[in-house]
Amino acid sequence: MDDLLSEFLTETNESIGIVDASLVVLEQDPSDESQIDNIFRLVHTIKGTCGFLGLPRLEAVAHAGENVLGKIRDKELTVTADVVTIILEAMDVIKDILATIEETEEEPAGNDADLIARLNDVAFGTSSAEAAPVAKTEEDIPAGKVSEEELEAAFQAAEGPDEELRPGEVSLEELEAAFQAAEGPDELPEPAVEKKEDDASETAKPAAERAAKESSIANQSIRVNVQMLENLMTMVSELVLTRNQLLQMVRGMDDNEFTVPLQRLSHVTTELQEGLMKTRMQPIGNAWSKLPRIVRDLGHELGKKIDLVMHGAETELDRQVLELIKDPLTHMVRNSADHGLEMPKDRTASGKPETGKIILEAFHEGGHIIIKISDDGRGLNSEKIKKKVIENGLASESELEGMSKQQIQNFIMRAGFSTAEKITNVSGRGVGMDVVRSNIEKIGGTIALTSEEGHGSTFTIKIPLTLAIVSALIVECCGERFAIPQTSVLELVRASTNNSSDHTIEMINDSPVLRLRDHLLPLVHLNEIMRLETAADEVADQSEVKGAEEFIVVIQVASFVFGIVVDRVFDTEEIVVKPIAPILKNLSIFSGNTILGDGSVIMILDPNGIAAVSGDAVVNSDSSREKEETNQTLKQEDKIALLVFRAGGKDPKAVPLSLVARLEEIDVASIEEANGKKVVQYRGQLMPLTTIDDNVTIVEEGRQPVLVFSDHDRTMGLVVDEIVDIVEDYLDVEMISERDGFVGSAVIRGKATDIVDVGYCLQKCFGNWFGGNETRPFGQGSDKQKILLVDDSPFFRNMLVPLLKTAGYDVSTAENGVDALKKRDSGENFDIIISDIEMPGMDGFTFAEEIKGDDRWNETPIVALSSHTSPDDFDRGRAVGFSDYVAKFDRDSLMSALTQTLKASGSSK
Amino acid sequence: MTPSNMQDYVTILIADQLFGIPVLEVHDVLRGLKLTKIPLAPAEVAGALNLRGRIVTAIDVRKRLGLPELENDEDGMSIVVEHQGEPYSLMIDNVGEVLSLDMNELQPTPVTLDSCWKEISGGVYRLEKKLLVVLQIERLLDFAGNSTIAA
Repeated sequence: MDDLLSEFLTETNESIGIVDASLVVLEQDPSDESQIDNIFRLVHTIKGTCGFLGLPRLEAVAHAGENVLGKIRDKELTVTADVVTIILEAMDVIKDILATIEETEEEPAGNDADLIARLNDVAFGTSSAEAAPVAKTEEDIPAGKVSEEELEAAFQAAEGPDEELRPGEVSLEELEAAFQAAEGPDELPEPAVEKKEDDASETAKPAAERAAKESSIANQSIRVNVQMLENLMTMVSELVLTRNQLLQMVRGMDDNEFTVPLQRLSHVTTELQEGLMKTRMQPIGNAWSKLPRIVRDLGHELGKKIDLVMHGAETELDRQVLELIKDPLTHMVRNSADHGLEMPKDRTASGKPETGKIILEAFHEGGHIIIKISDDGRGLNSEKIKKKVIENGLASESELEGMSKQQIQNFIMRAGFSTAEKITNVSGRGVGMDVVRSNIEKIGGTIALTSEEGHGSTFTIKIPLTLAIVSALIVECCGERFAIPQTSVLELVRASTNNSSDHTIEMINDSPVLRLRDHLLPLVHLNEIMRLETAADEVADQSEVKGAEEFIVVIQVASFVFGIVVDRVFDTEEIVVKPIAPILKNLSIFSGNTILGDGSVIMILDPNGIAAVSGDAVVNSDSSREKEETNQTLKQEDKIALLVFRAGGKDPKAVPLSLVARLEEIDVASIEEANGKKVVQYRGQLMPLTTIDDNVTIVEEGRQPVLVFSDHDRTMGLVVDEIVDIVEDYLDVEMISERDGFVGSAVIRGKATDIVDVGYCLQKCFGNWFGGNETRPFGQGSDKQKILLVDDSPFFRNMLVPLLKTAGYDVSTAENGVDALKKRDSGENFDIIISDIEMPGMDGFTFAEEIKGDDRWNETPIVALSSHTSPDDFDRGRAVGFSDYVAKFDRDSLMSALTQTLKASGSSK
Repeated sequence: MTPSNMQDYVTILIADQLFGIPVLEVHDVLRGLKLTKIPLAPAEVAGALNLRGRIVTAIDVRKRLGLPELENDEDGMSIVVEHQGEPYSLMIDNVGEVLSLDMNELQPTPVTLDSCWKEISGGVYRLEKKLLVVLQIERLLDFAGNSTIAA
């Protein structure tokens, strides 16, 4: 039997059992809202699954049942014995059908129109109660209110084969066969043809044989209570501890009669432990396996073209967590397909590819499992949400006024909210995001959402690893040991406070920082966060011995990198995270606790919590300091990493590090000559070599350092004499160079340094090297695309202009927004504008608003260029009308953003 | 007197005061297990310990009752109770015998008691020589509102 089908049978039988029981409870206490919610959800799931499995008869019954339950949930219908009876009757019909399916793998022929009509009567009013079953014979459309009828009709139409088509199993199979032909055999676990044969032979088989087959299916897997696994796990942990103790005892004696049996015991114990752990861990792909089929069916049903992309299916997850997120995930993917993605013709109209994309991603981050579901559909419409919120009385208009877009969007996860304009068979009954959210929150997770109208939505689910096995780094601070999840640890640094090692902890107004390569790493002392101050520590403080050597654990939380200073670092250990006691739940800095191999309890630090705590410290500090810090960060942003080298003469030269693809040392003997130029074979391609000027000499033999620049698929090497250092410094080009190949000179680390013009070097190599077949930007025809570059820094203008020119654009520059607007007033026109964000006078945001608010240039796409690339800035940028947002120095992204933006605006014109 | 009125109590001693816990609530009696401190936790939480593979939160009952610390804490004992499925180890001075007491004899808690004592007391038995205060585990563990977390 199809895996999908057998799982469905097990699940649905269980669900129906629960529904039966809950209905009875509900009948006794109709005010119990949790019961009705639960029942409704289960029936909703049954209905949904039937739809995907192609069981129209079951689906129709479940759908009608759900209608009644929906009315009860919305308090439009009171629970009476009659209502419960009819729902129970529906459940019985479902049970009967299920039993037949289990035997024959085929939905039995039959007609439930009478039951469905009665259910609908209950759901949509009893006025036509008598008439309905009589008037409508085969048709199960209820004679309820007109709107309902229409809805029901739409539902019927979308359904495909329904009651009347009952013998029309054929048409379903035809569909199946068509799907088969289109998709290739590995998409479906069981080809339809085979199934048919199966069925044929099945009926021929004697009943006894069939029964045998049935039981073998049932025996393939058993369901084990998770609590039981949990208990086994605890016992195995104890076994491990006991074994460790025994091993410890025997270690002292050599040649002992215990040695061999103990080794076996040890071996078996380890295997037992591993095996048991495995029973709990499953790749998330297991929960995803049904999705391609579901999406495909949905696509057909809705008439949409959907491409489902899945990344990170191998990410392992505790089985219990997996079970709990399975349904929410399915729901969300369904939602994305139903509400998120537009119809193909709407997509083409808005310049998107006809096929919509749903991307599912899973990965570990900072001790959490992150699951992202994103679509490139229509996104969320804030206005519509607002209207709905007011309609449903979830908030008042004035309350909404003060809310950010994010807050408004979050309303879709509130109970009783559904954005779909009409109820479809697929989703949109208000069982949706609120259920998803509550399910995720139940396991201690969070769900966040970002959406851009017209560009799609992204849901990010973050689930703590409280039930999962993690590798953790054990550290010590003030005599206490703590575990840090290895997933968030980037590296370990040993530092001193007295210059005795390479790394020194420095202080900025009592805040410790560390220079780590080209970054300044903020540090937090674990003992300060923990408020641990032991007597020994105080003594050490006085003697100033403390901190002669300290260890820094470099942690990354999302995009925030910081260091935690600890006293000692031990080993890493595989641990099973156990949830923290409920009375300690509000300690956000711990994600759980565990028992180590030696039997002691250890607290597990939550890097996210620590980041939040240390971030709080900044917020709580007095305002003057805060100001200072903002100033500092502002200055820091102007700093850029520069690669300092020497080439031709003693004077240092520099180039922004971000422009350098790689640093290489090449063997001089490998340099060849081609077309009168020096080239070297590099990564399977010929890479031209050039020098900054003729003073640079390539040594006769040995190795020569080369800076490799790359631009799309072209690379070139700049031969230099010596690579000196990488420094982070303010770049202020003070003298503009007259010489070719240099942008100008700046003071870097107290020395006058020439800044190399990479654009010139590229041109020098490729100007006539690749000649005509240079990759041209989009739309490159007879006339060049015109770009306006707005940036206050002459350095960037000088840096980018040659690059853009090399790429084939016609570039004009403006020093700031005002300057650029003058160009507009003088009637100039551009195909695209690249604008810096931080500019004196008028900043990039204001500039963009200015442009979008005036009809002369409002069609011109604007690409933002900034060192701020936080999501907030990104959102803000989008909000004021930037088409794209690119980090300064990220040349590849800039180029691709230009091409893409031009392409998009070109096709929309 | 019907047998159903009888309740068995494990008696415990804290700072010379006799307390009683219903015997069925006591899961274990421990002595001298290694505690792991939990920084930032409420003062009443002494730490966590490993009891046969289970992590048990240790509660310093003296702190909870506003009593001074035990002078020689190696002398202390603990009894393990369960509350809402979570095990807690209550650190006390000593464990005594099990007494079977008639619930009809239970006197209400005197209103003049210190507030944190009043909170945890489920009544008082007048024994021959001493008074026995019945400990309410649920109340004893309900100190999250004390907001000592930030201290």
